[in-house]
Amino acid sequence: MNRTTIDFWVGIFVLIGIGAVVFLALRVGNLTSLTTTPSYRLEAHFDNIGGLKLRAPVKAAGVAVGRVDRIQLDPRSYEAVVTMRIDNGYQFSKDTIASILTSGLLGEVYIGLAVGGDPQMLADGGQIGKTQSAVVLEKLISQFMFDKASSAPAPAGAAK
Amino acid sequence: MPADALGRGVRRLGAGTINAVVRIGYAARFFVAILTHSPQSILRVGLTTREIYFAGVLSLVIILLSGLFVGMVLALQGFDVLEKYGAGDSLGVFVALSLVRELGPVVAGLLFASRAGSAITAEIGLMKTTDQLAAMEMMAVDPLSRIVAPRFWGGVISMPLLAALFSVVGVFFENIVGVRLIGADSGTFWGNMRAGVGFWPDITNGIIKSCVFGVAVCLIAVFEGYTAKPTAEGVATATTRTVVIGSLAILALDFVLTVFMFRGMGAK
Amino acid sequence: MAHLKHRASSVAFDAQSANAVELKGVTFGYDRRRPVLAAIDMTIPRGKVVAIMGASGSGKTTILRLIGGQLRPVKGRVVVAGQSVADLDRAGLFGLRRRVGMLFQFGALFTDLTVFENIAFPMRELTDLPDELIRDLVLMKLNAVGLRGSAQLKPSELSGGMARRVALARAIALDPMLVMYDEPFAGLDPISLGVVGQLIRRMNDALGSTSVVVTHDIYESLKIVDYIYFVSEGRVIAKGTPDEVRASTDPFVRQFVDGEPDGPVPFHVRARPLAAEFAAHAG
Repeated sequence: MNRTTIDFWVGIFVLIGIGAVVFLALRVGNLTSLTTTPSYRLEAHFDNIGGLKLRAPVKAAGVAVGRVDRIQLDPRSYEAVVTMRIDNGYQFSKDTIASILTSGLLGEVYIGLAVGGDPQMLADGGQIGKTQSAVVLEKLISQFMFDKASSAPAPAGAAK
Repeated sequence: MPADALGRGVRRLGAGTINAVVRIGYAARFFVAILTHSPQSILRVGLTTREIYFAGVLSLVIILLSGLFVGMVLALQGFDVLEKYGAGDSLGVFVALSLVRELGPVVAGLLFASRAGSAITAEIGLMKTTDQLAAMEMMAVDPLSRIVAPRFWGGVISMPLLAALFSVVGVFFENIVGVRLIGADSGTFWGNMRAGVGFWPDITNGIIKSCVFGVAVCLIAVFEGYTAKPTAEGVATATTRTVVIGSLAILALDFVLTVFMFRGMGAK
Repeated sequence: MAHLKHRASSVAFDAQSANAVELKGVTFGYDRRRPVLAAIDMTIPRGKVVAIMGASGSGKTTILRLIGGQLRPVKGRVVVAGQSVADLDRAGLFGLRRRVGMLFQFGALFTDLTVFENIAFPMRELTDLPDELIRDLVLMKLNAVGLRGSAQLKPSELSGGMARRVALARAIALDPMLVMYDEPFAGLDPISLGVVGQLIRRMNDALGSTSVVVTHDIYESLKIVDYIYFVSEGRVIAKGTPDEVRASTDPFVRQFVDGEPDGPVPFHVRARPLAAEFAAHAG
């Protein structure tokens, strides 16, 4: 086995090996949506983020426009502070509403942005004023039962 | 007398443990020695290239075939279970994650230990038995720089590449089987998979794992070969030890790394 | 030899010293409790071929390793060309090994290299000679041992005798001042024995070097060497020129030369007396 042949095959091996890693990164994983796109930050405060996780997608009209970057608790107001990274190509008005939604019934939790009519756009570091917290299933059930109880026919004496 | 036998047994256990600890210490020193004797492996690239050929290129067939089969089996088994919970559509994500995070590095590592690791041990052991290492020393050529270090680095470079190839082949063939099983079209399948597999935790951790496994297996392989008893029996024992200890090391390290890497995953 | 890779060294080998190698009161043991060599004295004059003989395990190979600097004596000094081996630093050891060639038992050829590359190995590693010159030198060495036609074979394709000759060519690749042979005659057919013996003598005289031959082969040795040392249990127990050895009345030398099964080296390994052995069974 002479030197040139060995070098050739080793070169091929290394190339397809690195190619495999790149392939995994781009086609199997979701690298492209991560690093290279320049992005800016937006902040939003929620009473309850439910099952929202780090790196959950941020979508507008169902299209992914960014990711959740950081989740913290404001120690004074006890609200959840969510920092999002939005791709530079997308601008959102100052009266945009950020809601925590679930895709499907038991799918992953994400932030949905609904744009308003304000001509002024949010800049890097801006805060979204209107937010809608996550729907917590237990509260929904207890709400339902409370409604049920209050809409039940009153005892005969109270109706008069 | 039973007390005697017990006493002897305990003493042997103690001696055995002490020997094992001494050997681990020796191996650690050996590792440092390899690192300090590595410049030659870089300056004379041809040496290392040759070893990448023998450890990596020649392992391609077994790695690719195994990836093919493992990918398909995972798809079959995974579908069977997932479907029961109505999660048949997540098959792509499930198999891809299994491969990239675990099976790629681990199975490729085990196969590497058996094929390339044992070959390296046998080669070095044989060179020791036939005095080739001593002859080299007498000719003022350091066997650590010339023989041991290039084999170590050749293996370390080959391992992550082989693990990645294993995962890729597995994913491809999983795709073929999975699409057929679910009836979904290829595009959706890939799309769902891409959404579920992140570069950051999943793929990079898989790469880190295969690098760590590579270092462990290659160190064990060259160490066993270098310290083999210079007889036919000694070389055979050393080769077996490389496969056994290397495989166990991979599984143990896998556990440790998985705990570190994925412990935080669910919590956030 | 010119163009040897240069490393700064404070060592001076005296190539003209009367004795190529001297062992002075050398004691050595792999294990502190069992000395392999006990205060042994040996002198190997320059330009001579000297044989070291003895039973297996008597420490002959250890002597070669001490001369080559692979081992350090526990007591005493090993002096090569006027320089004590134990005092050498790394660069000094490097210098020593450039000037010493060694033929290992059964050859120790590098199995993944061809015959040509095996002989070129020391040249490539230890000198800066250009490839064309190396090629010519290798062919010259191969020619000297009669194997020019086998240059492209691999060691696995050689017979025992041929492999031994290639190893010899490799040992003298850099025209060393001292050549050591570890059991060069082991396992060879009669023709190869004669060839190797003749090559050892002729190479030594042609190169003007000194040769140390560790061997059991009394017949071949008596034909070619200038002096013989007999070693047993870590000591020199007899020595002399071939003629003196042939005429010797020393019981050990006689047993060795005549190949007697019993004598100073006993036939029976130490054991209980036979009568006691049978008595135990009978009772």
